[in-house]
Amino acid sequence: MNQPTEQTHAFQMSGLGRTPLAPTDNYVLRVENLNLHYGEAKALNNINMQIPHNRVTAFIGPSGCGKSTLLRCFNRMNDLVEICRVDGKILLDDKNIYDKDVNVALLRRRVGMVFQKPNPFPKSIYENVAYGLRIMGVNEKKTLDEAVESSLRGAALWDEVKDRLNESGMSLSGGQQQRLVIARAIALEPEVLLLDEPASALDPIATSKIEELVDEMKEKYTIIIVTHNMQQAARISDYTAFMYMGDLIEFGETDTLFINPKEKRTSDYITGRFG
Amino acid sequence: MRKWFKDGDPWIWMTGGAVALSLVMVYAVVWMTAAQGLVHWWPKPVAETTFIERDGKKIRLIGEVRKREEVSVIRLRESGYTLETQDKFTHRYLIKQGNRDITGIDFKWYPGPMLGEFAYPRNLIAVERREWGHLYGQLRAVKENGTVVAEGEAAWPALQERLSRSNALFKEIHRIEKVDIGKVNYAMERLRLKERKLQLQSKLTEADSAAFAQQREQLAGEFSALQERIEKLRGEIARDTLVAEVMEGQQVDVPLANVADAIMPNDMNVLQKTGHYLVKFVEFIFDDPREANTEGGIFPAIFGTVLMVLLMAVMVTPLGIMAAIYMREYAKPGPLIRIIRISVNNLAGVPSIVYGVFGLGFFVYFLGHNIDQLFFPEALPAPVFGSPGILWASLTLAILTLPVVIVATEEGLSRVPRSIREGSLALGATKAETLWRTVLPIASPAMMTGLILAVARAAGEVAPLMLVGVVKLAPSLPLDGNFPFLHLERKFMHLGFHIYDVGFQSPNVEAARPLVYATALLLVIIIIVLNLFAIRLRNRMRERMKGLEGV
Repeated sequence: MNQPTEQTHAFQMSGLGRTPLAPTDNYVLRVENLNLHYGEAKALNNINMQIPHNRVTAFIGPSGCGKSTLLRCFNRMNDLVEICRVDGKILLDDKNIYDKDVNVALLRRRVGMVFQKPNPFPKSIYENVAYGLRIMGVNEKKTLDEAVESSLRGAALWDEVKDRLNESGMSLSGGQQQRLVIARAIALEPEVLLLDEPASALDPIATSKIEELVDEMKEKYTIIIVTHNMQQAARISDYTAFMYMGDLIEFGETDTLFINPKEKRTSDYITGRFG
Repeated sequence: MRKWFKDGDPWIWMTGGAVALSLVMVYAVVWMTAAQGLVHWWPKPVAETTFIERDGKKIRLIGEVRKREEVSVIRLRESGYTLETQDKFTHRYLIKQGNRDITGIDFKWYPGPMLGEFAYPRNLIAVERREWGHLYGQLRAVKENGTVVAEGEAAWPALQERLSRSNALFKEIHRIEKVDIGKVNYAMERLRLKERKLQLQSKLTEADSAAFAQQREQLAGEFSALQERIEKLRGEIARDTLVAEVMEGQQVDVPLANVADAIMPNDMNVLQKTGHYLVKFVEFIFDDPREANTEGGIFPAIFGTVLMVLLMAVMVTPLGIMAAIYMREYAKPGPLIRIIRISVNNLAGVPSIVYGVFGLGFFVYFLGHNIDQLFFPEALPAPVFGSPGILWASLTLAILTLPVVIVATEEGLSRVPRSIREGSLALGATKAETLWRTVLPIASPAMMTGLILAVARAAGEVAPLMLVGVVKLAPSLPLDGNFPFLHLERKFMHLGFHIYDVGFQSPNVEAARPLVYATALLLVIIIIVLNLFAIRLRNRMRERMKGLEGV
């Protein structure tokens, strides 16, 4: 497993003025011997990895390589697919989330998720953000108000919507909707935030806003992001995992992986020779 | 030409034409029922003319000219008239001569050549009676206790004055009979049932019997007091009489107790006629029917229709929605659920009379009978729920419309985007919470669509209802002031059946014809109103879902 080292990055990422990483040996999620089948077809093949705390980890790879499938393992969204079968372990705080006694609803509160296409509920902006809290049984107006405001601020949306919290969430633009969905997720104060190609349906300006947001949010959350876009992965992630055909090919510090990949397939992919 | 065909233009014309044709037909239905039905209450001029009978005797004829129609001379000759004409065809007139008590028939055809000139003297009156239909003639006098108090010119104002008095009295009598005496009777019946119940349980003590007897006595006292009051009012209402000269000069005495309304249609201006029209129209909507449903209003039928549809909606909506949720959200998709779905769809195609038969056999005879055995043993052998009633009628219609609600709801549920469900689940909601908080609200417009279709179908159904609860004339409404207010076991009247009854079973076809149209129009309007209400509700729901794909 790659350990981040304390050294000045030779390669400065464009635009975002990233500060060098402090070393970490603090891992939130550990994946151990994870295999996943869709019926007879194997989609993930013996994955082992550790996701560092309060860092941005990106999954890259060609379409169909299993990166989204792996992401959906972390909050057990794959449970919804009937033919899907998982074996192996994913440990969250040393507890295997695939154990029988795990409450999936509680798990999903701790591991939030944002999807490829913005999917706000047909409710007001306020109710969208308060949704998760209401599910938890929080109904005091004051608590909700505070949570809604801080979440919207956390998603850099507050200033744009503070005067129209009662309007439908569907009335926002695509980029705003995606930030609303992020606000909705962070209202539950999750430990991990899973982003499944969060900017692929957005225009460049909205995309850069989401990227800035991801950079800010890593102060508080561990973020795992799936992306098609290698530049995006290079810009915003601290660690990158390259996957191919259900295998985890290479996982390490983003700079190392992009500049000095160990595997030939990785370098072929990032230089655009396939994928 | 070929090019024109290839352009696709013919398709546009054909499809557009189909829409236009549909529109025309819808408007034709509404327009025709309106045109035929709504003229019924407009005061028609009363004509006076002479008629030469077959034996050459000349009589005076008074009445409303309703229709003019071509008829062959030969036919008239064959029926005994001597006509001095070379023409093959001539005309005959349908005249509403009223005075059924004297002439025996309200409407009669008269051959045109035998009639004299039509005159419209201003002093002809049309009297709407509570029995024996209309009376046409000239007002001669008004009598009080048999002595003439006004004659000639003075009679008309006197009549107006006394008529409003007698109508007020009539209303009072009607109210006492219907409401007060009804209440006493109802209390009596409850008392009897209570006593019988105790008797059946062998718990009737001496003290109870005494208490019952005392209560019964008290009720009997109330009853006779009311009876006395009615007698007194009847005496008062019988005071006045009008004297009219009809047809060939007979003098007819009509007690004002029997007069609902009297007008001089030839002397009315448009404003007065409009006023009269509106009054009659309101009476039509809010009054009880008279004269075998050919006169008076149709309020009980309107009330029964609306109440039955509402009860049906209350029963079918939860049932249909829950069944659809199970089939779409919980059941494992497979051959079994497919068979169920096909069966549900096919249920929608079963003829409604079949449901009527089923409702009679299952609800009324089986369920109702058993309910009576279990819960109303004191009423036996008289059935409570074991005979047709509004509950069974609404239940029958509920199963009749169940497929529509299920199909529409399933459709709505299947259109809820997967991404929305996943979004909710990813926030830690369980499946049930996702369903309640997100999926069902999004599918609610589709459920409303199902309900709208169900209401439209149920309100127009007549055939099954005849078996499970609708009657020609219900003595009391299923909703009244006597506890428990909603009487689900009662029989009720229904607009659809009313149309059928008035149209086919009426002793007086000509008088009933406009009522058939007017009732049909009202039925259409009620369905439209119910639907508009539901559509408004649905649009409000849709407004909230704006921007969501495919909903």
